[in-house]
Amino acid sequence: MQLLSGNEAIAQGAWEAGANIGVGYPGTPSTETLENFAKKDGVYAEWCPNEKVAVEVGVGASAAGARVLATMKHVGVNVAADPLFTVAYTGVNGGLVVLAADDPGMHSSQNEQDTRFYALAAHIPLLEPSDSAEALAFTKAAFELSERFDMPFFIRSTVRVSHAKSPVEVGERTEHEVDPAAYQKDPGKWVMMPAFAKPRRLSLNEREAAISAWVDTCPFNRIEPGSKEIGIVCSGAAYQYVRDAMPEASILKIGLSWPLPQGLLRTFADSVDAVYVVDEASNYLSLNVKAAGIPVASFPHPLPAAGELSPRAIAVAFGKEVPASLEAPSDLPGRPPALCPGCPHRTVFKELARAKCIVTGDIGCYTLGALPPLSGMDTTIDMGASVSMAHGFELAWKGKKHRPVVGIIGDSTFAHSGFSSLLDIAYNKGVATICVLDNRTTAMTGHQGNPFNGITLQNRPSREMDIATMVRAIGIEDVVEVDPNDVAATRAAIKHATQNTDDVSVIVFRSPCVLLKGSFTPQAPYYVNADCTACGVCVSIGCPALARDEATGQAIIDPDMCVGCGQCAQYCAFDAIEQLPGGAR
Amino acid sequence: MSGQVSVNSDNATTVLLVGVGGQGTILAADVLAKTAIANGLQVKLSEIHGMAQRGGSVSTIVRLGKRVNSMVCDLGSADYLLSFETTEALRNISYLREGGMLLVNDEAIKSQPVLTGRAHMPAHARERLVAYGAHLVPATELAVKAGSPKCANVVLLGALAAGMSFPLESWEEQIRLKVPPKTIDMNITAFRSGVASVPHGQR
Repeated sequence: MQLLSGNEAIAQGAWEAGANIGVGYPGTPSTETLENFAKKDGVYAEWCPNEKVAVEVGVGASAAGARVLATMKHVGVNVAADPLFTVAYTGVNGGLVVLAADDPGMHSSQNEQDTRFYALAAHIPLLEPSDSAEALAFTKAAFELSERFDMPFFIRSTVRVSHAKSPVEVGERTEHEVDPAAYQKDPGKWVMMPAFAKPRRLSLNEREAAISAWVDTCPFNRIEPGSKEIGIVCSGAAYQYVRDAMPEASILKIGLSWPLPQGLLRTFADSVDAVYVVDEASNYLSLNVKAAGIPVASFPHPLPAAGELSPRAIAVAFGKEVPASLEAPSDLPGRPPALCPGCPHRTVFKELARAKCIVTGDIGCYTLGALPPLSGMDTTIDMGASVSMAHGFELAWKGKKHRPVVGIIGDSTFAHSGFSSLLDIAYNKGVATICVLDNRTTAMTGHQGNPFNGITLQNRPSREMDIATMVRAIGIEDVVEVDPNDVAATRAAIKHATQNTDDVSVIVFRSPCVLLKGSFTPQAPYYVNADCTACGVCVSIGCPALARDEATGQAIIDPDMCVGCGQCAQYCAFDAIEQLPGGAR
Repeated sequence: MSGQVSVNSDNATTVLLVGVGGQGTILAADVLAKTAIANGLQVKLSEIHGMAQRGGSVSTIVRLGKRVNSMVCDLGSADYLLSFETTEALRNISYLREGGMLLVNDEAIKSQPVLTGRAHMPAHARERLVAYGAHLVPATELAVKAGSPKCANVVLLGALAAGMSFPLESWEEQIRLKVPPKTIDMNITAFRSGVASVPHGQR
């Protein structure tokens, strides 16, 4: 018995099923799945530049006979959608299982899309565990099912499954041997040009019919009989909330969410007076229960249409009495996350604000630069959009006087999809300024390797790509590398790049994340001397170690939080910030 | 809790641990969960990763009992609210159930909006918490006495242990398994000082 998170359990299930290869791109709440899988015996695992590449590597390995686990967060499925829709046609050789970790409540995401709609649209069967034990069992089964029905399988988790721990019985691994001699060329299955894709579409229909005939007996869907008055269809974490809030109800617990068990749905509907559907931040289940011809009853009070559910939300929807609670105080200061003390991104945002730039942002730690006091971002949409959107701004305002437009993107995000956006600018002779914040790691998700730091998931030998060299190779001449801890150099580089309105300019701000092991040694802290004029400029860079004295307005540095980076001292015009002696600590 | 309205038919105990990113709430929650398992209970532990970790508010939920369904904590539903910081205790006060135990580290950490002068810390936080029935634990002070301010989270775990029914040896066994070997003695001292900080009969 082990206490495992859903992500750890998925990794364990894949390992027990004999999965040979793991691929993915980091993204909360999916990241630890591939990290855990990579540590297991007898497997190969790699981070890919993006989710599309990951799935394609996985499809190749599957075609060659390997069992493959691909992991990503929900928005990563958008990136991987291109191969996924067609792999439903080809099917698999070795079992191919794709973890899509959804984030209802948007704890760490830009939207709360529901991967189950992809399952429906792409014809990819989807299993939906509701705790760690199911996460292991469903994943393990998914490999065998993938091969039996010749279809890739989704595992859909949510943050309350991926990041919730519960006790799990673990088992042994059954090895899956891959034999190159067993490979047989089969263009009718694998070459999806129209002549082959048309019959393969019919084959997909046949495979879909086969799994649809099986789902009514699938052990992962079950009826838990209760009272006749209320029947509830639910899945995933919401099932646990329903059990808590509505112990008297009959429940149809869905484990295989596409295709839905039509026969079991009708049996369930016939056994109760009214069928309700409890679904989290989505109408996937209710739409498809209705599509099965089953009338869905309305709640006495509507269920929240966005955000996470809880037992209380369900109790309220059914008009039940809920516990009294103390009123939340209204006078509390917010506590948003912030860039760390010593973060090399900070000076770039400060300088872009000083230069009154319009900043198209991207996905990573540096998205925190959007928050006050830096407030340094105009847009954030998806991975890579900073670069392409900066180009779009410039096109819209071509020939008109406007503030400088700057796209800002991290190293891992640049590798993910920013580089193809930069190709567009280079190719179409765009004029935007692009800042690559190269902190030598994929920081937000917990310091994963990427092509620009040359660190791989299983610490195998690698190549370290150089961003400036790559940018020059596509014909962009105005490229500089700058240490962002040098405020004067940062200011000068931004000034130069934004004044170059005839051509695209790229600044690579290169300095390691202060939390990256072995890359940064905290130095003696700084302190504020008597010369402080209470001007507030240093505090405006938003370092958590810096505060203003409420009475005098003077700056105060917390010596325990200060890492001695010296960024604030460079902003002081009065030499009022000095470093204590002591050097590295 | 019999007689009270509840949305958790599993009758499991709900412990809500809240604080500021980096304070060690996750280690404390892990020790609690493993202690419960060692005492024959089912457990679910839920935590939030990602953006919330960069110095923002954090919360971890541990639910334990003969059977556990949900892994979340609803308003008015926490049997124990263990807060690593006073402002976070106030922020989460509506999760505490009537008669639930409120344990708070007697320490206020200013957030970024306060540090930059855009917001203020709440007035009379300690007094308000005491009025809610809080037991304030001088966790950092006790942790320093034990050997390092870093084991303040284990002091708070001791205060929680004093209010729960698991044998203290069972907690200490899990702490020994969890912390770095060199810090075991310090952490056990910290744990015991946390236990002793809760007046006998508090619960």
